[in-house]
Amino acid sequence: MEMISEQRIPASRDAVWAALNDTEILKQAMPGCESFDAIEENKFEAKLTAKVGPVKAKFKFQVELSEINAPNGYTILGEGLGGVAGFAKGSAKVDLTEDGDETILAYNVQARVGGKLAQLGARLIDGTAKKMADDFFGNLTDILGGSLESSD
Amino acid sequence: MAENGIGASVRRKEDNRFLTGKGNYTDDINVVGQTYAYFVRSPYAHANLNSIDTSAASASDGVVAILTGDDLAEDGIGPLICGVNVTSDDGEPHRAPLHPALAQGKVNYVGDHVAVVIAESLAQAKDAAEKVSIDYGVLPAVASTATAAEVNQQQIHDIAPNNMCYNWPFGDKAAVDAVFETAHKISTLDLINNRMVTNPMEPRAAAGEYNSGTEEITLHVTTQNPHVHRLILSAFNQLAPEHKLRVVGPDVGGGFGVKIFVYAEELVVGWACRKLNRPVKWTSDRTEAFLADAHGRDHVATAEMALDDQGKFLAMRVNTTANLGAYLSTFSTMVPSYLYAFLLAGQYTTPLIYSEVKAVFTNTAPVDAARGAGRPEATYLLERLVDVCAEDMGLDPAEIRRRNFIPVEAFPYQTPVVQCYDSGDYPAALEKALQLADYDGFTARAEEAKSRGMLRGIGLSSYVEACGIAPSAAVGQLGAGVGLWESAQVRFNPTGNVQVFTGTHSHGQGHETTFAQLVTEQLGVPIENIEVIHGDTAKTQFGMGTYGSRSLAVGGVAIAKACEKLIEKGKKIAAHALEAAEGDIEFADGDFTVAGTDKAMNIADVAFNAYVPHSYPEGLEPGFDENAFFDPLNFSFPAGTHVCEVEVDPETGEVEIVKYSAVDDFGKLINPMIVEGQVHGGIVHGVGQALLEGCQYDDDGQLITASYMDYAMPRADNVPSFDIDYAPTNPPHNPLGVKGCGEAGAIGAPPAVINAISNALGVKHIDMPATPEAVWRAAQSAA
Repeated sequence: MEMISEQRIPASRDAVWAALNDTEILKQAMPGCESFDAIEENKFEAKLTAKVGPVKAKFKFQVELSEINAPNGYTILGEGLGGVAGFAKGSAKVDLTEDGDETILAYNVQARVGGKLAQLGARLIDGTAKKMADDFFGNLTDILGGSLESSD
Repeated sequence: MAENGIGASVRRKEDNRFLTGKGNYTDDINVVGQTYAYFVRSPYAHANLNSIDTSAASASDGVVAILTGDDLAEDGIGPLICGVNVTSDDGEPHRAPLHPALAQGKVNYVGDHVAVVIAESLAQAKDAAEKVSIDYGVLPAVASTATAAEVNQQQIHDIAPNNMCYNWPFGDKAAVDAVFETAHKISTLDLINNRMVTNPMEPRAAAGEYNSGTEEITLHVTTQNPHVHRLILSAFNQLAPEHKLRVVGPDVGGGFGVKIFVYAEELVVGWACRKLNRPVKWTSDRTEAFLADAHGRDHVATAEMALDDQGKFLAMRVNTTANLGAYLSTFSTMVPSYLYAFLLAGQYTTPLIYSEVKAVFTNTAPVDAARGAGRPEATYLLERLVDVCAEDMGLDPAEIRRRNFIPVEAFPYQTPVVQCYDSGDYPAALEKALQLADYDGFTARAEEAKSRGMLRGIGLSSYVEACGIAPSAAVGQLGAGVGLWESAQVRFNPTGNVQVFTGTHSHGQGHETTFAQLVTEQLGVPIENIEVIHGDTAKTQFGMGTYGSRSLAVGGVAIAKACEKLIEKGKKIAAHALEAAEGDIEFADGDFTVAGTDKAMNIADVAFNAYVPHSYPEGLEPGFDENAFFDPLNFSFPAGTHVCEVEVDPETGEVEIVKYSAVDDFGKLINPMIVEGQVHGGIVHGVGQALLEGCQYDDDGQLITASYMDYAMPRADNVPSFDIDYAPTNPPHNPLGVKGCGEAGAIGAPPAVINAISNALGVKHIDMPATPEAVWRAAQSAA
């Protein structure tokens, strides 16, 4: 599945960029995230609990940042294993554009699932992934002091 | 007719236990010390197995063992096999990739078996399975039937370039092409035969027990053919010598083909119970059934018919791509080849047929026989194409069929595709079905429906099917590794009751009743004194099992032949006991009589006499117990016409089947009630394929229809009350005059339903399953 959307964040682009590179903020913003630790440069390990329809599982995600173009954006690649629940993998290309004092954060998320998640939850994946993406960028906006204003 | 004999709708003897919860299914087997197996399955459609780490899992509570493909290889347990050869157009046998029961180095579909965890409880096995750590090197997956053999596709097996299992042309291409060059009209159709998950009510299961004292393995398993299972497990998988392996298929809760095959789980359970010297049981859950049962159908095809100006079929050309999945299941290669192409003549006199079948591998579950196996695919293609021909020629669908039917006087009829039909009266079934369906009144009904905003359509399907799957000589020539006869033993006990041992089996079709009816008819023994025994290699003689609607047409005849032998022997015994010449003894209604006298002896008394032979002369053998093997001379060719009438709501795309009429030729009916039940079940199966069931893999080879939330099975409210009748003909080569009836509905129904929907919408074609969304879209585009 693919999601394209954008958020207006009432903070400077540099502040948004900093937040996007702050593991503590990323952890807070990510729904269900229990830990988000740097393991080497631009590589992280995240643990989170996600529920897709009838399948609820703890995922261990390997997260990698690529196409880093400070402060204009980057691409996050993630691959998560959820044990018997299966796996999820995806990417989010994030672009930051200045708009006066504010920043427009545009994202293009692609996600795929496999194993039990696909077998039992495939029809729910689109909704779940969209909600997780909205929650994540919404939380990020909140953390940066703004209010959510989706413009998709 | 004997009371409860041939033609009587005797209530099913077995239903007493089935309906009171006394059935004994494989999962009901529980023994002291039993352990539980749980399979670790691949979540990826295609991946290298870089490593398997079982250390954490092995330390988990209750774990007895964790076994992998390496352990299997070390113990010399052979790979799963495919038993039928199809020669590809390059002259080579079909490509048969290695199919280990537990993956070795690579997984090839979601659900592929990576390891088995055996623990004291199922919960412990599942918990430990979560701790098995596997490093997968994920590879691109091939999931689409249509594109699997394209040149730039990912290769699945080194042995199969371009993911091709075989390319199998059949027929005189040049002759067919020449007819197409000059034909008055060419009708063409592209269609998909949708992939189905068979879904018997009882999921697969296996329970293995090893007796170290006798060195014998007893394997209870959900099987339609216990002796075939034992043979393959023994001869090809090296599980144990045949005489040290007992395979029991206890009560089986539906099979529809899916329980013919020898699966990884069964082999692993049998192997593990001896290796661990502990009983091991495995029962599939429903998701596992979706993932790892053999699936059915999955064709993409193009069909063309050349016609003359009267609508006569001159030649047919068919190009088919058939998906066999990731590995070859036990009989998979024959389904889209011999069981498909040889049925393409249908009920028609089409003199020239050319078929080319490309069988491909994909990263999906193996595909094999499912109710009808090849014949539903052939019938759907042909009967849809015939409707397209009718439209193209401006003829009524019934009329174009009439013009092309094989006439009654032409039987036996040699088709251009190997099969020689022994008997049939296709016009009779058609006319009777049209009458039953009130075909002439359809226009008025359609008008009335239109006034309510509904689109009403009517569709015909005139099918023929080849079942019985015989004779041995024919299937041997085609490349089958087995013979296809059937066996029976009919044994009188000294007190006069009878045990009938049949080499076929039952997965719910009522054989215990039907076969008892044959015996009561022939021997005059009351039906309550007859017990039919099947499904246990330790009890019954070698037999081939139940599939291809063969049990009555082949197995029933074997029983009748054993009964004949008993009558012959009974005459000798009665002659001795009644002090008469053997030639003077007559047998009828259970009594041996001396012709022209009132001297008589009931067959039960003959049995007692045979076991208490106090004064037998030399040469008269004691005992009253005979066996027989029957290898028929030909397949059995049931046929018929089904008429489906639908109403489509153009606003919602919902299809209601408002009337369904079926007239079938099954030869002589032994138990009409059971036959009617088989017809009902078959039609519902076919309606499921036509309207509801669609197995879907995504582009990554992930199965996204793996539960009843996403895979729709037919329910009672999807079908009307059926109008059923028969137009029997007598198959000359079958001593009982019977034909098979178990698959006919699933073969006849799909084209009848889709022809009706196409008719209602006024469209050329709509692919199955015709879900409300698909029908709504078609209605929109037609409007």
